[in-house]
Order: sequence, then C-alpha cells, then structure tokens
Amino acid sequence: MNEVSPIPTTTAKDWASDQEVRWCPGCGDYAVLKAVQRTMPDLGVAREKTVFISGIGCSSRFPYYMATYGFHTIHGRAPAFATGVKLANPELDVWIITGDGDALSIGGNHTMHVLRRNLDCQILLFNNEIYGLTKGQYSPTSRVGTRSPSTPFGSVDRPVTPCMFALGSGARFVARGIDVHKNLPDVLKAAHAHRGASFVEIYQNCVVYNDDVFASFTSREIAAEKQLWLQAGEKMLFAGGAKGLALDVDRLCLKVVDGDDPAVIVHDPRNKGIAAMLIEMPESFPMALGVIYEDPAPTFEAAVLEQNRAAAKGKSADLQALVSKGQTWMVEKEPHKL
Amino acid sequence: MATATHLLTEKEARAHPPMEAVVVRFAGDSGDGMQLTGGQFTLSTALAGNDLATFPDFPAEIRAPQGTTFGVSAFQINFGSAAIETAGDQPDVLIAMNPAALKVNASEIREGGLIIADDGEFSQRNLAKAGYDQNPLEDGSLAKWQVVHFNISQLTLDAVKPFGLGNKEALRCKNMWTLGLALWMFDRDRQPIVDWLKAKFAKAPELAEANIAALNAGHAYGETVEMGAPFKQHHIAPAPAEPGLYRTVTGAEALALGLVAGCQLAGVNMFFGSYPITPASPLLHHLARLKEFGITTFQAEDEIAAICAAIGASYAGQLGITSSSGPGIALKTEAIGLAVMTELPLVVVNSQRGGPSTGLPTKTEQSDLYQAVYGRNADSPVPVIASRSPADAFECAIEACRIATRYMTPVILLTDGYIANAAEPWRVPDMTGFAPFPVSYFDTPPAEGQSVMPYSRNDELARPWIKPGTPGLEHRIGGIEKAPGTGNIDYRPEVHQEMSDTRASKVLGVVNSIPDQDICLGREGAELAVVGWGSTFGPIHQAVRRAIAAGKDVAHIHVRHIWPPPKNLGPLLKSFKKVIVPEMNMGQYKTLLRDQYLVDAQPLTKVSGHPFRIAEIEAAIDRALS
Repeated sequence: MNEVSPIPTTTAKDWASDQEVRWCPGCGDYAVLKAVQRTMPDLGVAREKTVFISGIGCSSRFPYYMATYGFHTIHGRAPAFATGVKLANPELDVWIITGDGDALSIGGNHTMHVLRRNLDCQILLFNNEIYGLTKGQYSPTSRVGTRSPSTPFGSVDRPVTPCMFALGSGARFVARGIDVHKNLPDVLKAAHAHRGASFVEIYQNCVVYNDDVFASFTSREIAAEKQLWLQAGEKMLFAGGAKGLALDVDRLCLKVVDGDDPAVIVHDPRNKGIAAMLIEMPESFPMALGVIYEDPAPTFEAAVLEQNRAAAKGKSADLQALVSKGQTWMVEKEPHKL
Repeated sequence: MATATHLLTEKEARAHPPMEAVVVRFAGDSGDGMQLTGGQFTLSTALAGNDLATFPDFPAEIRAPQGTTFGVSAFQINFGSAAIETAGDQPDVLIAMNPAALKVNASEIREGGLIIADDGEFSQRNLAKAGYDQNPLEDGSLAKWQVVHFNISQLTLDAVKPFGLGNKEALRCKNMWTLGLALWMFDRDRQPIVDWLKAKFAKAPELAEANIAALNAGHAYGETVEMGAPFKQHHIAPAPAEPGLYRTVTGAEALALGLVAGCQLAGVNMFFGSYPITPASPLLHHLARLKEFGITTFQAEDEIAAICAAIGASYAGQLGITSSSGPGIALKTEAIGLAVMTELPLVVVNSQRGGPSTGLPTKTEQSDLYQAVYGRNADSPVPVIASRSPADAFECAIEACRIATRYMTPVILLTDGYIANAAEPWRVPDMTGFAPFPVSYFDTPPAEGQSVMPYSRNDELARPWIKPGTPGLEHRIGGIEKAPGTGNIDYRPEVHQEMSDTRASKVLGVVNSIPDQDICLGREGAELAVVGWGSTFGPIHQAVRRAIAAGKDVAHIHVRHIWPPPKNLGPLLKSFKKVIVPEMNMGQYKTLLRDQYLVDAQPLTKVSGHPFRIAEIEAAIDRALS
C-alpha cells in the first residue's frame, strides 16, 4: 500500500445499497442484513475495499443490498471466487455469504478447502435447514424426518453439523449466532478481527418453509435456559448463571453442573477438543453460541504471495530472455540452396 | 511446423523427395525412458539444423506391468532437410527395446524399413507376455523388414560396470546407450546430450558418468561393429530456414510462453487456476515456475474451483486463465456462462483428448469443437480460437488474451494432446514486433446523484473493467439478468432480449479486429478446398502440397478463428467447387460450416487417437476430384 487514506466515518445507512430488498416478509435474512450493516461502521474498513461474494440461494441475494463491491456467483462456488479475488488483491476485505445447501451440499468441497487453506475472509453460513429459493425441499442440515415436497414421508438421511464440518476441515475460527439475537454484531466483529477463514454459522429462521425450527433454543421463554454464550476467559455459565458446564473426566464429555460448582470450566477458544464437545452437545444441553473455537494460523494468501515474492527475487520479467531460453541455435543464412 | 514452408514452391517440394527425411520411432516399456530418449534426440536433431516434428505416444498407465503390450511407450520423430509438418506416416526405423514394443509397432514400419531390437530382452517370458509363440527375431516373420538385433542390455551393463551401479540402476542407462547408437546413425554431436546429463544428474555425478559412458558405448558400437548394408550412417543436411535464433518448443511450452507474453502485452498480472488433468497439466507446470512475471498459479480443489478462482481474479483486475481437457471443461461450463453473463475477461485453454468421458486420456482428438462453440446452457456466445501447431500456440495464446481483455469476454483456446506434447523447431520471436494492447481500468466515479454504470458500453460493446478497491464505484454483479447500464437485477422480457442481443453482437463484433481468412496453398475458386483447423495442419498441408505438385487444382485453408468466423470465410468457401473438412472427430467443424454458409462441406473423419497420415488426406483429395 502506497498511501493510507483515513477511513471515513460511516453509519449503517451508508452500507445499504439503493436496491429494494426482496426477501419474504419476516425472513431472518433481514435481521442478519441489519446486523451486518450495523457492524460495518465499527470495523474500520472502507466500503470500496469491501467485497461480498455469494453463491446461490435466498441468502446469496445479500450482496445486492450492500453498498460495497459484490459478486453474486454460482451455486456453491463462492469460496472459489473469493480465493481468486483475495489472491489477486489481498487488501480487499472479503465476506462470503452462503446457506446450508450452498455451502454444505453443492459447495461442500469448496467450503472444506477454503477452510483448510485458511483464506483470510469471513464466511457467514445462513442455516435455515431448508431449501427456500427452490420452494422448500429438505437440506443437508435438515433433521431426520423433515417432511418437504421432495421428502413427503420424511427425510431419512442424517444431517451434517456445520460447525463440526468446519472444525474437521481445519477451520481456525468457528462461531455460532442467531439471526435476531443482539449478540450477532459481536460475533461478526470477532470474525472480522480474526485473520484467516472465520466460519460463522447463523441460525436463520425461514418463516415460509421451516418456521420456528430453532424454537427449541431461540424462543424467548426458554432462551436463557437453552443458550450458552461463550466468552473467552469466562466461565461457561447459562440460565442466568444458575448452571454451568464442567468436564466429566471419567467419560470425557461435558456435563451440566450448578453455576457455583468450582468445576465449571473457563472457555479457552484454543481448545479444539472442548470446542468439538461444545458443538455436539445433546439436545438436553444448551446450545453453545458465540466464538466456540479460535486459534489463528498463517493465511493462504500471505503464504502464496510470500512464495511468489521469494521465487521472483533477483529475477527480472524479461520476456525476450524467456522465449530465448533453452538450447538454441543460430541460422545465419539458408544452409543449402534448393 | 514448417519453418521453411514459405520458402518452398511446389517445384522445390517435388525436387526434394522424401529420401531426405527420415522417420524414427523409439519404442520400449513405459519405464524404459523412451520419451526422454526421444526428447534428447529431438534436441540433437534441431541442433543439427533439420526441420522436424515429433509424436510422443504413451500409455495412460504411469507404470503398466513390465513387458506388456499396453505398457509400450513410443516416441516418433520425422526430420529432414526439407519442410517437415507431420511426425511422418510410417517409420523408416524402429528401435524396439523389448518384444512388446516390437509387437505393437512392427506393422506400422515402412516395408523394407529397419528394425533394431534389444535381443537381451527377448526371453521366453517376455515373448510370452507380448503374445509371441516364437521369437520373431528368429522365425522369419519379420522378413518384410531389415532386422538387426544385439544385446543392448548386456552391452549397457558392460559399459557402466566401472561405476558400480546395481543391476537395476545399470539397466536404466539402456536408453542412453540406444540414444548413443541413434546419434551415430545420423551423424550427430554428442556434446549437448553430455552437457544435459551432467546438469540433470548434478547431484549424483556417478549416475551422470554412467549415463555418459552408456551414451558413448552406444555411439562406439555403431562406429565399430560391421553390420553391413542396412545399418549405416546417414547424414541429413540441414533444412532451409529463415535466418534467426531457433529453439525447439512443445505446444505446452509455446502456450505457456504465449500466455505470459499476452499478459505482458496487456499489462496485467496473470492468475492461472488449474486442476491436474492429462494432457493439460504441463501448462500449469511451466507457469508455476515463472513467478517473476507476476504470475500466480493456483492448483484448485477441482476444475470448477479452478475456473471460479480465475474469474474471481479477473473481477479483481488480473487476467484469469484456466486450463483443462474436455472432461474438465465440461465441469467448468456453468462458470464460463457466468463469465459470459458478467462480461469478465477470461481465457479457457482446452487441450483436447479422445473422449467421451475419460476416453483416451493420452491420445489426441479434436472432438470438443461443439463443446467450445455451443456447449453451454442458453445463448452464451464465446469467441473460440484454435492453434495449428506447437509454435502457433504461442501466437494463439496472445490472441486469446487480446480478445478477452479488449471485449471483456471469456475466450476458449483449443489445442490438443498432439500439439501439447509434440515438439518442433521455433524461430524465437522478436518481442518488440508484437503491438501491446494495454488494458485500462475504469476509475471515474459518477457525478453526484448519478448511478455507477458497470454495464455501459464502448463502440465495440465492451463494458468497463472496474476493480474492487476503486473508490466511488462500488457496484454489484452476478449471474442474474441485469439492466443495461447499471447492471441492477432486471429480468423484464425486453431487458433479457436486449442484453442477449448485445452479448451476441459483442462477440460477433470480434470479426472486426481479426484478419480475413487466407489461403495457405492453392488458389481461390479451385476445384477443391481442403479446410482444416487445429493440429491437422501438418498432414493437410503436405497432402495438398503433393496434390498441387501433381497438377491437381486443390487449395488448403486453415482456420484459426473458429468463432466468430472471419468475415470473408463464407464467400471464400463458396468459390470452390468442392469442400472437404478433415478433422479428428465425427465431423464437427463440417457442421458449423454447413450451418453458417450452406456450403456442401464433406467430412473426412478420424478418431483413432492418432493424427491423420498425409496419405489418408491425399486419398481423400483423389476421391473428391474423381
């Protein structure tokens, strides 16, 4: 970078494009859009340096509504486009917007590879456990027995757990949020602050095809009891501090204990083993939310650019020399007359 | 390719009968190092000033079971003192390293040609593996040819004994012994090979010395052994060539160099996204070493990611390039459509191979023309160009970069397995002779209250290239139909009609910046035009040259710009009484010509995995004229 221009002060409004938002009334996507637009002014980034890249699906319309650069690509492939963008210009702040079908069904391969490579980007996976844009078929995150137009007798295949998939793929930042929850901007800020691929699963309610599918931990009356918001360095407490999580050392799993039990463990986001347990807690446990795992590592684009620099060092881009390389011979004049 | 084509008149071609050209085929087990031997013999041939063309022919298996017929790897070279444009119809000399190599190749040798065999490998077991009941070297079944055989294996072991190698390692020097013999046969200098061996085995000097000893022993064997008539030394005079600096180049090398040149002429950095596939991978290998030219190479997780990353890089202001072969291009198809829709520059290289499906991965074919021109959902026009030879791939790569950046469009560049692997002498181009075509990025923000217009157009209907990072020009693009000008989502019927028309017109407009179609040989309005594209250039050219020399009224037209076709192609084709189209597919370009011009183009097809022979095209010319 040659010059550092100051980032102008902005408000959420400055990050909203002039395009009419076309999601169904009541869709959780509106809440996520608002949360992102509210978060952007606090991130210290310029609009022109920000790129939202999406695949296909309801959530993938997202880039059109941001007053930044945006690329609405093809189904499942947003991470691959993002990789090209970031390698071509590492100064860009890249956000990938995807859904459960986009990221884990048709695009599962790319999700795995962008995570293991650790491209510096934010991946917001809107999980509504359904295919909305194609009118309600079950998705790879739908629970067994989901009745949909394509599974009229209930789905029989077991769902994937997005955060476990991410962890297994080598993600260095795994977090969870809820579309309408006030904590979502904090999760987004943490994801942005993390250098490398930040994977954020957002539970997003589809009012038309899968309404209230997350009610078992999002509905107001039970939220405190069923939500565990993790904070690095803080005890893992929920139910207003009345309950906490402790390690059952004999069975090597988590257990619920009283909030004042000295065995309640403190959240260390670098602990991958505990992170896996938090992600896969049974239904009787609360839902682990916030930053579940964070352990930074060098980013892909930094490694590529560094290698490009090192390999090019001391060499000049002399095209004439390049085409003349190898064993050559000179023809002075025609060697024999015909 | 014919470094000397333009210097030869028909009369001169007649004056130079094929005696001055020799076709040699090295054949052995895929572990015998035949491709290496052929490659080094090629270099020595080029250094001797002969014109040449090569045809590496190897199995799909990396190491097929030893001694089997399906594990045979061959390398054919045609070289001479006149213009050479094909790897040769029939070998004059076969060097067979084992019974399987003899079995697979013998029938293709010219009658009366020379077969040299390593009889040390003709054990009962190897004969059985190759399917011989009796030893063909002894039973008279090779009477059509002149056969000499000696124990190359033992002679090699003797030669490298002083270096204390194990038996297996020592036998690996067999190919250098054979190369030494071949160098003697054609009166070649050994020094360049010695230098190459020293460089190759710089970290293992004893291996370098052993290989050099084997090379020298093979050479000395030729010099001292009294074999008699068939086995004698030949000297092939250098071929006439335009003065200048020469090197040998394979299609994959020329393509890599051309893409580097194209990006330099455009003034953009290259992003090359690719996934390994035969026979396209060498392009990735070549480019991966050239970081100093501002190239980023990315081996993606699959074909789709490779092209998507390339499109992402183009969006961000570099020139995205992706490369594959037919099956991989099929996977990239949806993304090519997105590049058409978003109007981003992109070069897609297809090194065609035999198909469908996995087909013949290591054999050549031209059967992806339909895929290139028509093979996408909806109306998705894309310029398509095809290179005719390894050296021509250099210019075609530059042309692809030019069209992609000037018109903001994906471009498909067709080459094939034959071109990718074949080598030929190449006069090193003077890069100052190429006019730059620098790209410009649009960076002027709209006036207050005005919209950003990413889909505004210039006279040629190209849209501006706006890089993310440019202040005041934030905008969104995507695969959904969009309004002219703003690019905002808009799928009203009249908008889709207008945008579809515009995309088609833009691509058709490419004809305004390409040259008219020329005639390579013969005259406009002749009795017969032989129309080709891609790697059939060599055999068509030689066949037409011979036909013209024999007084026949034939012309050769070879098309680089497959889509859109040059403006004058229709009227030109209509001037001929008959048109035949030889191609290594079931008649794809023939269909395109019929569709575009209602000309009665007749197909001449071949899908055996091998290039056309000159004789096959000569026969077709005779049939068409009879």
